Amino acid sequence: MREEIIVSGRMNPMVDPHLYIWHWQIPLYLFLGGLAAGILFFAALYFISGKEKEYPTAVKLVPFITPLLLVIGLIALFIDLRHKAFFWQLYTSIKLQSPMSWGAWTLMVITPVSFIWCALHIREFVPDWNWKFEWLKTMEAFFNKYKKALAWVMLISAVILGIYTGILLSAFNARPLWNTSILGPLFLASGLSAGAAAILIFSKSPAERKLFAKIDLIIIGIELFLIIHMFMGFFASTQVQIEAARLFLGGPYTVSFWIFVVIIGMIVPAILEVMELRKFHIPAILPALLVIFGNIMLRFIFVDAGQASRWLY
Amino acid sequence: MRYGMAVDTRKCVGCSDCVVACQTENNVPIGYCREWVVEVMDGTYPQLEIEIRSERCNHCDNAPCVRCCPTGASHVAEGGIVLVKPGKCIGCGACIASCPYDARYPHPDGYVDKCTFCIHRIKNGLKPACAAVCPTKCIYFGDLDDPNSEVSVVLKKRKSKTLIPEAGTVPMLYFLI
Repeated sequence: MREEIIVSGRMNPMVDPHLYIWHWQIPLYLFLGGLAAGILFFAALYFISGKEKEYPTAVKLVPFITPLLLVIGLIALFIDLRHKAFFWQLYTSIKLQSPMSWGAWTLMVITPVSFIWCALHIREFVPDWNWKFEWLKTMEAFFNKYKKALAWVMLISAVILGIYTGILLSAFNARPLWNTSILGPLFLASGLSAGAAAILIFSKSPAERKLFAKIDLIIIGIELFLIIHMFMGFFASTQVQIEAARLFLGGPYTVSFWIFVVIIGMIVPAILEVMELRKFHIPAILPALLVIFGNIMLRFIFVDAGQASRWLY
Repeated sequence: MRYGMAVDTRKCVGCSDCVVACQTENNVPIGYCREWVVEVMDGTYPQLEIEIRSERCNHCDNAPCVRCCPTGASHVAEGGIVLVKPGKCIGCGACIASCPYDARYPHPDGYVDKCTFCIHRIKNGLKPACAAVCPTKCIYFGDLDDPNSEVSVVLKKRKSKTLIPEAGTVPMLYFLI
């Protein structure tokens, strides 16, 4: 048997734990960003296709939580920065090769858009709402005139936001677990499924609930396919990616990933939604909350496990 | 001009003088390090082999930290040296996560810090602190484009390797084996 012992001069509590650089802030933001992207995507999609009367929860009501989600996400990102006073440097350059730069600029677009979208719909819920200043009324009239263009901007930036939460991680070739292009589509799909779940929680119309339960089911199917595909890709790849996949198949993240993300976050809600579509009486909030829980766990487990995976040398 | 370094793993005794010299020269805060020494013991007793490496930033030609940096704080300076501008760094940690060698650390002042090949010394015609102080003279430094530089000569004479070249980073820190 061949053994290898590595003694490193950096085995020092001040050094190596610091290289576990991303803690709760990043996965929390990835979850909130993905959820907001999912909600805004459906709002824009059904507005553009002219179905805002049929699906009012998706187009008008649920988008009201997205500014809050995005602002909490931004605060989490800000807390993560170690050189906080220099955060504005993000907006002094556009780095096409850096996903984080893409994300910063996308947030710069989508956050104001989400606020405007809510402002345009506030009269639906507060009929005698009054914008106190004349310029706000002018703004409202302006955006109402170009609402379709605004919806397109929202749709595209929501897709970029959703997919970038995954690409942010997959751009790091140093962490073999993250270094798979499946992560972009996987995180986009899981953000969309969380968005559909959020709409299910608030929707009162049976037709809308049926539609979003179906959408959620399809997306869960896609997610399961992507996860299986990801592990197949890992096992067909280099030693470091095989080791990365082993973190989830026998390694320290096996139980948390398969139980919390796959079973509780995908399979159980899928079964409950099928039962609901078959007219069994299921509290609609239950599968939706499970999907959102699975989403949070997916982000936390992936950010944590990715930093545990590394090149061997 | 392309600066590079070669560390002789057969001459290195792992004394960590280079680590201390680096910390003193660059005011590295206590407990952190820009460079470190790794000892790899390999084989089965009694057939054991040891390799000692003084490691630091590889100043890669295809540096993932420069690619991932959202502000341009991580950049390639003269001679291919990878540097961080503290005034542009927001401390997001993307470069730390992107480095397969874990060569960067967050400085307590907030920005990310790393080996600079002692660029302030090179400009004055001196060697980097680690190379200057090494008691066994096992660290060679110089211009890889100049065939007569100390590092080019020793790389021509001896077999060498780089760390995880398969990561596609094209490192400029060589280890003589």
